Amino acid sequence: MDNEKAHDRHELIAFKVGDQEFCVDIMNVREIRGWTATTPIPHAPPYVVGVINLRGTVLPVLDLAGRLGKDAVTPSHRHAIIVVQDEGRMTGLLVEAVSDIVTVGDEMIHPTPEVSDNDGSMFITGIVTLEGRMISLLSLAAVLPARQIKAA
Amino acid sequence: MDQMASIRQTFFQECEEQLQALEEGLMEMDGGDHSSEVVNSVFRAVHSIKGGAGAFKLSELVEFAHAFETVLDEIRSGKLSASHDITKLLLKSADQLSDLVATCRDGASINPASYRQLLDELKQANGSSAGQAEDENWDDIDFTPMTIDIGTPVDADPGQSFQIYFKPSTGAVQAGNEPILILRSLLELGQTVVSCEFSDLPPLAELKVDEALLGFNISLRTERGLAAVRECFEFVEDSCVVRIEEPGATPTPEAGNVTVTAPVALETPTELPPMPKFAEAIAAKAEAAAAEPVVLTAIEGGKADAQQQKQDKSASSASATIRVELDRVDRLINLVGELVINQAILAQSVGQVITSGASDVNSGLEELERLTRDIQDSVMAIRAQPVKSLFQRMGRIVREVADATGKIVRLRTEGETTEVDKTVIESLADPLTHMIRNAVDHGLETTEDRLRAGKSEEGTVRLSAAHQSGRVVITVADDGGGINRAKVLETARRKGLVPSGAQLSETEIDNLLFLPGFSTAAEVSSISGRGVGMDVVRRSIQALGGRISISSKPGSGTVFTLSLPLTLAVLDGVVVSVADDVFIVPLTSVVETLQPEVNNILPLGQGHSALRIREWIVPLIDVGMALGARKTPIDPANSVAILVDTEDRSRCALLVDRIDDQRQVVIKSIERNYGEIPGIAAATILGNGRVAMILDVETITEGNQKSFEAPKRASAGGR
Repeated sequence: MDNEKAHDRHELIAFKVGDQEFCVDIMNVREIRGWTATTPIPHAPPYVVGVINLRGTVLPVLDLAGRLGKDAVTPSHRHAIIVVQDEGRMTGLLVEAVSDIVTVGDEMIHPTPEVSDNDGSMFITGIVTLEGRMISLLSLAAVLPARQIKAA
Repeated sequence: MDQMASIRQTFFQECEEQLQALEEGLMEMDGGDHSSEVVNSVFRAVHSIKGGAGAFKLSELVEFAHAFETVLDEIRSGKLSASHDITKLLLKSADQLSDLVATCRDGASINPASYRQLLDELKQANGSSAGQAEDENWDDIDFTPMTIDIGTPVDADPGQSFQIYFKPSTGAVQAGNEPILILRSLLELGQTVVSCEFSDLPPLAELKVDEALLGFNISLRTERGLAAVRECFEFVEDSCVVRIEEPGATPTPEAGNVTVTAPVALETPTELPPMPKFAEAIAAKAEAAAAEPVVLTAIEGGKADAQQQKQDKSASSASATIRVELDRVDRLINLVGELVINQAILAQSVGQVITSGASDVNSGLEELERLTRDIQDSVMAIRAQPVKSLFQRMGRIVREVADATGKIVRLRTEGETTEVDKTVIESLADPLTHMIRNAVDHGLETTEDRLRAGKSEEGTVRLSAAHQSGRVVITVADDGGGINRAKVLETARRKGLVPSGAQLSETEIDNLLFLPGFSTAAEVSSISGRGVGMDVVRRSIQALGGRISISSKPGSGTVFTLSLPLTLAVLDGVVVSVADDVFIVPLTSVVETLQPEVNNILPLGQGHSALRIREWIVPLIDVGMALGARKTPIDPANSVAILVDTEDRSRCALLVDRIDDQRQVVIKSIERNYGEIPGIAAATILGNGRVAMILDVETITEGNQKSFEAPKRASAGGR
């Protein structure tokens, strides 16, 4: 692959949460899988759906809608789990549907506008405009809950 | 650079192994086995470390290893006897060597003063033997020819015996013909017995270091011909003195042959011309040997047996091994764990689809299940290691503490080959060290006290390991005075750990040792009286899913028994249902289960309650409420109470809907991808593929209190 291209081209996975489209860098995505029944985590925040068994790894699953301040969804087999990796830990993001993979250049990613109608804007690092679509680029570091430490 | 680092790493890994072999050998010597096999293995270990250290320019390490090696060499050649004092010195040196290696590995610089004293002691031991050895050489001349008797004339091996005399010249050595290489190439041809002939050595003051003065007498037994032997000397034949004598293809006990070879095999300083007196003596011996062939064959046979045994032994110690990164093994273990779960899921779903008549499928599934179990067992066995390495480390602890306290202590170990998961061994090192220290420092009496009690002055600490019904049991026993129960009780009362006037059974008194804040020694010593008591040991053993118990007999000693799981990867658990969820309670903490009676439940207000079980009153924890699995408290009439032990010896009762099963579960980290959860120790995956939480009985009570005191806090804690 052309090195220069690699620098300013990004492959992103786009998906739907509620009526909004979001995306994450494909490099952070380990796999996409269907929804399976979860085991609830005690004392967890409401947006943490629970944990599932991902080939022997215990994977926490977040309801992304709930995390972004939207109405919590009732998970069903229509939903998908995007398994993302960030700083050595894996988390599943529960989304309504994965729409497609898009390739965008740096020039297509715009900074997040200062105005915000809900507290969801803190999770977004930029907005991608593509063929009339507006796709919000998620910041995984902000979306994933801080690791619980004893002092918490 | 990277490559260098990896070679360096390999060197230190090998050092580890050599040190282990060294310790092992020295312990055998200490136990009275001074056979050449053992001494050689010890020598080899030190020599290998020295060699590697030289390559990495670790000069202090080389210096020390060299002094060490020299003493061992003296022992090996029989010039120095491995007396008790010498063995003790060697053991100390092994500890020092291990320290030096560790310092080098960590890249720190060595303080030469740290090993100076031992180095001097080694040199002294060495010096004294050198003089002694010389005397022996002059005085015991009659004895020396003995080596020949069995060596040459009676020989069951096929092949030829050569007597070779080789004296390198100064020129040859300067030209790069290293004599040791030639000697080694001879060794490749067959068995050699090499003796060094140093009659040409001048007094030390006149010695020139660049002059070749040594000669070598070599008796070589080989199946290869004279040409092969000559080939070894190909490059030095012209410049050095080389004499090869071939006594004939099939060696027979002919006096003539012996006479010829005798002078060269003698370790006498005067080498040539042959001294007729010795030759005669040898001839006489050889004739005697010829006259009694039966006896000699028998000896030879016995020797062959011994040799066979030794070969077996060396074969077992050098069994084929490969070095594998732990990560890879762990990945394999994870995969196999997954395979087991998957197989269970498959079996379950096939069972649902096919109700009857598909015996092929069912038998196939059974076969698969058996295979997966076998694979799981084999993979777990990869990580299993004998406890030997751990036990060997304890030898050093015993020596150090014995030195510091002035006691004479012997450590006896049993069941060193018992295999336990590597992680268990690693986490066991600290508690075991502490227990061994305690046993020597507090358990054993002083030498005077022992003698007064009519015991031998040498105290014994016995360390043993054994498998027992799926667990490993480790005992630490001393033959000391036993627990002074009156003193223990008095101390406990003084510290307010026991109400005065309370009557305690002997076992209860013994168990006071495990209480936090209890220190047994009347005088606090620097060794084990650092304020860390047996309570710390108990806590770390329990953290491993193990239990510790104590038994003591006044006058004859104390025994600590540890019972541990074979691995930290699996755990025995009680499967319980709470509301709609399944939880696992670690079996090690379960004391008993019971059906609570409503009139035994005492409400304490604010949702707290307690349960009366016979004479105890314990806090009652509604697991469902504590973990947020249900909104309304469970009806005690439709529940089961599980009485659990917590670390601080307090008990509590967990209230659950029902107990489903008892099984072994694979422990999965939940911390790695999520974080710590109060009340939850880890997670596991059940046969149906679902995740289940393993309860942490220590923190579930905290979670309980939190959820009552500050209901919002739990959800806020998630951020």
